[in-house]
Amino acid sequence: MSTATTHALQEATRATVRFAGDSGDGMQVTGGQFTSTSAMIGNDVATFPDFPAEIRAPAGTLPGVSGFQIQFGSIDIHTPGDAPDVLVAMNPAALKVNLPDMQPGATIVVNENAFVPANLKKAAYATNPLEDGSLAKWRVVKLPLSDLTREALKDTGLDPAEVDRCKNFLALGVMFWLYDRPLEPTIEWVNTKFKKKPQYADANNRALRAGFNFADTTELFTSHYRVRPATHLPPGEYRQLSGNEAIALGLVTAAKKAGLGAFYGSYPITPASDILHHLSGLKHYGVKTFQAEDEIAAIGGAIGAAFAGELAITGTSGPGVCLKSEAIGLAIMTELPLVVVNVQRAGPSTGMPTKTEQADLLQALFGRNGESPVAVLAPATPAECFTLSIEAARLALTHRCPVFLLSDGYIANGAEPWRLPDPAQIAPIPVQFATEAAGFKPYVRDPETLGRLWALPGTPGLEHRLGGLEKWDGSGNISYDPDNHHHMVALRAEKVARMKVADAEVVGPQEGDLLLLGWGSTYGALLTAAEQVRKEDGAAVSVCQLRSLNPFPKNLGQVLGRFKKVIVPELNLGQLCLLVRARYLVDAESFAKVKGRPFQVGEVVSKIRETLAQASGRSS
Amino acid sequence: MSSASPAKPLPKLTRKDFTSDQEVRWCPGCGDYAILAAVQKLMPELGIPREKTVFVSGIGCSSRFPYYMNTYGFHTIHGRAPSIATGLKCANPDLTVWVVTGDGDGLSIGGNHLLHAIRRNVDLKMLLFNNRIYGLTKGQYSPTSEQGKTTKSTPMGSLERPINPLRFAIASEATFVARTYDTDLKHMGAVLEAAARHKGMAFVEILQNCVIFNDGAFDAHVDKKVRDDQLVYLEHGKPLIYGAQKNHGVRMKGFGLEFVSWAPGATPPDDLLVHDVHAAASYSYLLTELESPLAVGVFRAVQAPTYDALMNQQMAAARQKKGEGRLEDLYREGASLWTVGAQAGNGSGNGH
Repeated sequence: MSTATTHALQEATRATVRFAGDSGDGMQVTGGQFTSTSAMIGNDVATFPDFPAEIRAPAGTLPGVSGFQIQFGSIDIHTPGDAPDVLVAMNPAALKVNLPDMQPGATIVVNENAFVPANLKKAAYATNPLEDGSLAKWRVVKLPLSDLTREALKDTGLDPAEVDRCKNFLALGVMFWLYDRPLEPTIEWVNTKFKKKPQYADANNRALRAGFNFADTTELFTSHYRVRPATHLPPGEYRQLSGNEAIALGLVTAAKKAGLGAFYGSYPITPASDILHHLSGLKHYGVKTFQAEDEIAAIGGAIGAAFAGELAITGTSGPGVCLKSEAIGLAIMTELPLVVVNVQRAGPSTGMPTKTEQADLLQALFGRNGESPVAVLAPATPAECFTLSIEAARLALTHRCPVFLLSDGYIANGAEPWRLPDPAQIAPIPVQFATEAAGFKPYVRDPETLGRLWALPGTPGLEHRLGGLEKWDGSGNISYDPDNHHHMVALRAEKVARMKVADAEVVGPQEGDLLLLGWGSTYGALLTAAEQVRKEDGAAVSVCQLRSLNPFPKNLGQVLGRFKKVIVPELNLGQLCLLVRARYLVDAESFAKVKGRPFQVGEVVSKIRETLAQASGRSS
Repeated sequence: MSSASPAKPLPKLTRKDFTSDQEVRWCPGCGDYAILAAVQKLMPELGIPREKTVFVSGIGCSSRFPYYMNTYGFHTIHGRAPSIATGLKCANPDLTVWVVTGDGDGLSIGGNHLLHAIRRNVDLKMLLFNNRIYGLTKGQYSPTSEQGKTTKSTPMGSLERPINPLRFAIASEATFVARTYDTDLKHMGAVLEAAARHKGMAFVEILQNCVIFNDGAFDAHVDKKVRDDQLVYLEHGKPLIYGAQKNHGVRMKGFGLEFVSWAPGATPPDDLLVHDVHAAASYSYLLTELESPLAVGVFRAVQAPTYDALMNQQMAAARQKKGEGRLEDLYREGASLWTVGAQAGNGSGNGH
C-alpha cells in the first residue's frame, strides 16, 4: 500500500460500522457496497439495514433517517454488532437518532457541511453539537463531505443536485480507506449500474476515489485497520444472500427437486415484496408469479395452482396472514400442499412495517377458525431461509397440507456470505400424482404420511369434487357424521404431529446452568451472548434454537430437562414461552423485547448474568 | 402441467355422463335445477372431455353446483372462487374452467375478485345466478335486491340501491357479457353455449328464481304470459324488435334509447338499432338500460388476449431467451461471486 502519510495499519479481528443519513442519501446502497466488498475479500459479515417506511420523509428530519449497520470480521460473525465502532452521520438528524447507540470512545464521522442552522433546527438541536462540546465523549471526525464532493466533481458538467447525490460514495471511499478495503468491486458495480449513463458512473467513481485519497493524505485518522479474511468459512464459491433472496432460491430449488412448476401468489407488502420481485425474474425456472388484487386472491390463486399440481406458495407479512386465514383453512380441509411465507414485522395492525418482530407465532399456529393445525418452520439466519424453504415445501408436498415459514424483517433484509450449494447434494422431493382410476377415492391416504391422493384435473377417470365442507375420510364425500368429524380433526392434527423434523440441537454444554431457548432470527445474538458468558464467567450456558415450532422436535422435552434454568428470549411478549410451559410443564421464563429491533448481545448477556446471580443467590 | 391428450376419437358422451352420483339438495322448485339441467345438457355438445372440465364455486346455494357435476370440481370459500379459478387456469390452461357464483357471493363478498378476474380476461366461464336474495342464510337482502325490499334484516325496507351485474361486468371490461333466465331451457342453452365457445372471460347473469325467499322476483319479465312483451331478445346483426306481434322496437334518441311501435304487420322503421356484439362497450352498457322490457341474450363478445395465455407466453419467452433454468445457474444468477479456499481473496487490497 502506498501511503502519502505514515498511518499505522493495525490488525483487528472485527469491526462494526453504521452508515446513517436521510432516506434519500443512499445509505442502503452505501452499506450494501461496503458489505459486498468486505464479503468478497473474505470477511464474515452480518448486516442490519434499518429504514423508515416513508419512501422519502421530509429531508433532514428525524423520522427520515435511514441506517445500515454491518459487522465484519476474520472471526465467526453472528450479528451485525451491538454498538458501532464507527458511525457515519450524513446530517444532524442522523447523528441525533444514532448517538444513543454509540459507546464512549467510538468514532463518529460527520458531514460537517450539513450542520447548518436549518438542518440543526429540523433535528431539534438548539446548538450545533459539533461546537457545543456535547460530543466530547466520542472521537469526532469532521469531514466537509459536500465541499469535497463538489471539488472532486467540479468539471463533470453535472448539476449541483446530481453532484450532491454522490457524497455518499465519498463517505464510502473514506470508510474503505479506514478499513483497508479495495475500491475495485464498487467501481465495477458502478460501471455496470450506470452502463447507459457513463457520466454518472464517472462521477460516483471519482467521489469514491476522492474519499479514499482524502483519508489517505490527511490526518483525519491516526491509524487504519486491517481485518483479515475469515478462516472458519469452508472453501467454496460464495455470494451474499439476504433472507428474502434465500426464500426465493429455496422455493425454486424445491420445485425443481419435486419436478413441479412453482406458483407464487402474492400482494405487495413490506417486508415480503422482495420475494415476489426475485421470483418474477425466474420464469425460465418454471416459476409463475401472480400479483393478485389482494391477499386473499393471492392465496386463492395459489390454492387453485395446488389443485392443478404445482408447488403452491403464498408470501406476505402478518397483516396479510390475517386476510389469508380462511383460505389457509380451506387448504387444510382440502388437504392440498401449500407453503405460506410470513416475513414478520412489528404489529398489531399496520404497526411498524419496516421494523422486525416475532409476534406472529401464535397467529401462525392458531389464527384460524376450528381446529386447523399447520406445520410451522422458522429459519434462524438468512442462509437458513434457503434450506427451510426447501424443507417447508417438502413437508407440504409429502403430507398434503399448508406449512408456514416464519421469517422476519431482520433476516429478510440482512445478508451473510453464502457458500453456493451443490444442487446434486439436495435430496429430491418425491411427488406422485394419482393415475389409477379403478377404485379411486380422493381421500384415500398414505398410512405413514397421512397425505391423501393428489389427483389432478385433466386425469381421466379421477373426476372428484373438493371443498371446505367436512369430508368423509376415504371417499371425500361431504359428511356431517359426528364420529367422522372427530376422526378427521384428530387426523389433521396427527398429520402435523408425525412430521419428521430434525432433533433440537444444543449449542454449548449439553446440560448445565441455563438454556436460552429461542427461535428464528434471534439466533446470532443468543449464540454470541452465550459464548461470551461461557468464556468470561465460566457458566454452563447453552443455546437451543428451534427451527420447527410445530411439531416441536421429539427430543425437546429432554433437552429442557437438562438445564437448571430455561430462558426464552423472544421479540414478542412470550409466545414460545407460553407454548413450552404448556406443553412440557417446564418453568421457563420469558425474556421479552418488543421494540421493533433485534436483540443486542449485551442485553442478552445482562439477562443471563442476572438470572444466574438470582439462581446462585437462591441456592446459597 | 398440461399434456396432450391422445388423438383417438372421443367417445360420445351424454348428459348422464356429466351427472354426479350426489343427491341434489336444492329446494323443490328452485331455479338452480333448470340451470343444472341446461349445463349438463350442454356439456356433451362441447366435445370437451369430462376430465378437462372443472367447476369452481364459492359459497351459497348456487355454489353447491360442482357437487352435482361429474367433472372435476372445487367448492371453495365465500366470494373467492374467481381467484382460485384464476390460479387453476394459469397453472393448467388446458382445462376448461367454469365458475358458479351468486349475487351475494360474486357481487358482495367477492366483488373485488370478480372485478379483477374480469378485467384480466382470464379464460373462465363465469355464471352468476342472480336471485336477488341471500338464500342459504335464509332470506336477507342482497346487493341486487331492489331498494326498499323488506327482508329479515330489513324490516323497514333496504336502503341500498341495487347493482346491475351486467353494468359491473361491462365496466370491468368484460369481453363476453350475456343474460339469460332459468325458465327458458332453449335460451339458456344457446347463451351458455356461446359463453362456452368464447375465448376469454365469459360473464353470464342467469336470472334465477328463489322459490322460498324471493319467489317470482322476475315474473314481471320472464313469466310465460308476459315474456313476449317484456323481453327483448338480443341477436347479433338483427334489429331490436320485440313483442308478441313483433311490432315494437328500440332506437337511439340522443344519448339514450327510446321505444318505438308500429302497426302489427307493417314495415318496421328503418332506424331501429341493429344489435352488434362487437360494438364499443358504451353500446353494450347502454343496452343494460333496457330494464322494462328487459334485454336478454349476448350483449357483448369481443376478442382480447387472455391472462392465462399471456402468463404462459411470458414463461415460454423467458425460457426461449435464457434457456430452461438449471439450479447450477440459479445460485449464481445476478450475484457477485468470490472464492474462499486456495485462492481466497487478499485482505490488504487498496484502491490504487
